[in-house]
Amino acid sequence: MSEKHSYVGKNLQRTDVLDKVTGRGKFTADLKFSNMLYGKLIYSTHAHARILNIDTSEAEKLPGIKAIITAKDVPSIRYGLSPARYDENIFCIDTVKFYGDKIGAVCAIDEDTVYEALKLIKVEYEALPAVFTPAEAAAEGAPQIFEEYPRNLNTEIHQHFGDCDKAQEEAYYVRTDRFQGQRTIHGVIEPHCTIAYWEGKRVIVHAAHQSVHYLQHHLARILGMKEGDIRVITPYVGGGFGGKLDVSGLDISAIILSKITGQPVKMAYDLEEVWLNGRGRHGMDMEYTTGVTKEGKILFVKNEIVIDGGAYTGLGIASAYYAGALLTVLYNFDNYKFDAYRYVTNLPPCGAQRGHGQPHPRYAFESHLDHIAEDLGIDPIEIRIINARKSGDVTPNGYELKSYFLKEANELARDASGWKDKKGKMAKGRGIGVGNGGFVSGAGFCQYRTDLPHSIAMIKVYDDGSHAIVYTNAVDIGQGSDTVLRQMAAEGMGYPYDDISIVSHDTDLATLDFGAYASRQTLMAGWAVKRAGEDVKRKILEMAAEMIKVKEDGGYRSGKLMPEELDCREGIVFMKQEPAVKITFAEVARAYFVKNGLLIGRGYYHPGKLGGQHKGAAVGTSPAYSSATQVSEVTVDEETGMVKVLNTWDVHDSGVAINPNLLHGQVHGAFAMGIGETLWEKVMFDEKGKLLNGNYAEYRLPTALDMPPVHSMILDTFEPNGPYGAKEVGEGATTPTLGCVANAVYDATGARVSSLPLTPEKVWRAMKEKREREEK
Amino acid sequence: MLKFVTDKDGVKRYLVSLKVNGNEYTRMVKANSLLVNFLREELDLTGTKKACEQADCGACTVLLDGKPVNSCMILTINADGREVITVEGLATNGKLDILQEKFIEHSAPQCGYCTPGILMSAKALLNRNPHPTEYEVREAIAGNLCRCTGYVNYVKAILDAAENQ
Repeated sequence: MSEKHSYVGKNLQRTDVLDKVTGRGKFTADLKFSNMLYGKLIYSTHAHARILNIDTSEAEKLPGIKAIITAKDVPSIRYGLSPARYDENIFCIDTVKFYGDKIGAVCAIDEDTVYEALKLIKVEYEALPAVFTPAEAAAEGAPQIFEEYPRNLNTEIHQHFGDCDKAQEEAYYVRTDRFQGQRTIHGVIEPHCTIAYWEGKRVIVHAAHQSVHYLQHHLARILGMKEGDIRVITPYVGGGFGGKLDVSGLDISAIILSKITGQPVKMAYDLEEVWLNGRGRHGMDMEYTTGVTKEGKILFVKNEIVIDGGAYTGLGIASAYYAGALLTVLYNFDNYKFDAYRYVTNLPPCGAQRGHGQPHPRYAFESHLDHIAEDLGIDPIEIRIINARKSGDVTPNGYELKSYFLKEANELARDASGWKDKKGKMAKGRGIGVGNGGFVSGAGFCQYRTDLPHSIAMIKVYDDGSHAIVYTNAVDIGQGSDTVLRQMAAEGMGYPYDDISIVSHDTDLATLDFGAYASRQTLMAGWAVKRAGEDVKRKILEMAAEMIKVKEDGGYRSGKLMPEELDCREGIVFMKQEPAVKITFAEVARAYFVKNGLLIGRGYYHPGKLGGQHKGAAVGTSPAYSSATQVSEVTVDEETGMVKVLNTWDVHDSGVAINPNLLHGQVHGAFAMGIGETLWEKVMFDEKGKLLNGNYAEYRLPTALDMPPVHSMILDTFEPNGPYGAKEVGEGATTPTLGCVANAVYDATGARVSSLPLTPEKVWRAMKEKREREEK
Repeated sequence: MLKFVTDKDGVKRYLVSLKVNGNEYTRMVKANSLLVNFLREELDLTGTKKACEQADCGACTVLLDGKPVNSCMILTINADGREVITVEGLATNGKLDILQEKFIEHSAPQCGYCTPGILMSAKALLNRNPHPTEYEVREAIAGNLCRCTGYVNYVKAILDAAENQ
């Protein structure tokens, strides 16, 4: 046991993998309950309209129909994420606000009957004028979607630090660029599904969701119930990426329909409904004005972002703040002016999606920074190194970076990719680009106001010491939290990894955790399970100190041992000075049970008070920040504008990797999502606000043929605020890609496409315009 | 011609017999019964996943007479007399298929929703081409969408399985 850790840092087998390769693992849609009914939501077929009448009489006559509910049958409460923006009803009252807005729900004995019924429900509308872009929403005389958002302005942010105007006067060079980011969708393969049934006054909810606690919390508020009367269980979740974090119409309707019918009710989205209600990435118009010294040191940044929010707010309030908050984490400058305007429009609402609010701004700023570097004649990686923040920095907006190695990430990406031999020396049509990114390792504040710990864990040991179970409501949505949490629990406890199992995401069985979002499980739930493990170990060592007999003539010690003289690794308690003096964990555990009863360990984590005092200071706070640099090589076909990504080097400063294989897996997936969003993906609507491409034929996710080799590399860093030195990777890994690939395309063509995605048409036109400019 | 009965509403139900994972099943199904629903609802073989239901994502891939098909696009009546293998049929007598072993070894699945479909596409590939190139592996699973993994470890695992089968 000379190694520092037994399980941390090891590529141990995924906890869920056998279930997943044999097909026996159950996702929500795979569950069946006796007497179960099937339900669907009733959707608006107008982008903005007054509901004049809903006639369900024909549908109700259909044999097999059990219940049809609309706004008149449910509480008229409004909900959302932030109390100032509770703007959504269970079902539309009076008006519908987007094509796909929910106006009711139906349940029946089988799916066929439900679809029959949906065809028979007649809704009369009076169409209202609609707005589909922030510009239309803000225009003089534009229709008002909500009374409380004058001119449809839903969120306005003004965060100003230092003195940008003064810095602008002093700057050697100032440049302004504008970029557009498109609406995208998470692209989960498992459509959302919820099953609910009642047991007396309690309701049991099985849902494909990223946070059992938040779902329980929000449902309790919406339904006027106590949290303890709602049990939320999450079976295996087929991907989240932010799309399964808002409470959905499925969750609420399944509960209400089950109450009415007295039977379990299963509700699921079809794929198109995932687009309508899944709450993907916001479209953004971004303008950056940056001033630098002659050497390329950033003096100030003015950042204005206009955001298309869609019909409701939900998590979108946080997206708006995140859009500007984290730029100061990457680069070292004191003068920052961030202004943002999130408008409501008559399109599906947007929310959180991997990298929450910042992949588009990363694309924009990383592109902008390359232009500045080019104008000054500085190498793009060099300008990033010059400006990179470092460990110990505190940003002007109040974030403290305990460990931060963006400079080193740039250096490694540069060296590993052979940047110096390639940049500016590549064949025609080929290019190389760099992009930086990173993210919070968990949000510093809960979604709602509370002083509860962010994560609590418990470990229960079997009475013969042969097995232990770690309990946590961290949610494994595929990222592998069950595995790394078992690793950290086993490490903390000094107990064999193979003998510790996990019970997670069930509010009745496991313990409070806020769930899988803001890339928080490894750090926050990690602290809780580590501490629970250490609590068990403390109890075991105290007991063992009474049990271990040391020979009087042993030469080193006599009499009773102190617990501090002992340690426990891999299920063996031993004397630190004399490891041959040992006893098994199991023996000690059994003795503990005889003397004290149940052996459990408890741990919890609270990040403490973080951040500054300005309005919105909470968003972007975190105990730890990751950083990442990516370098990619592309080819661009001059005839067609088609981009192919050839190779990528992806360097991550994620602290200590608890399970390197799983970390690299996150990087691979994040990169795939990133190139999809850079090159192909865009949610599209017709002129009436109707979704055009809610399917995987017309919304192009990257396939296996689109993926280049990914060289994922981990910097050897340690985060003091992370358990075993770990910080995040899952979300941050997406953020460098958009700017990186866009910069590589620019390098290949000399023509900047300033809106995402970089479709062949846009790239081809940009090259053509460049040629025409040069010919003049 | 399949035998059928007509119910009181005039809807026909057809008698189908098919072999699934080595077992014979005989059932009455409506003409519009989809193989994916038949497997999941009638036979409780929920390892085969449903996602797009329009043959874009490959989550419901099964082997029909050895060929990989999207079971959301196959009518159950068209599977009459034929042989279906689902993910549950990959392991034999409790021993995992080499592909399953390698998927475990390479931590290939993440959320796992696309995994059964990718396994079946890969199985069909190795059956027809025991020594595929990397490009052939990518081509074989190009109809299976995955949002978590970038396919990196799936491709590695399939190549490793091919080498060690």
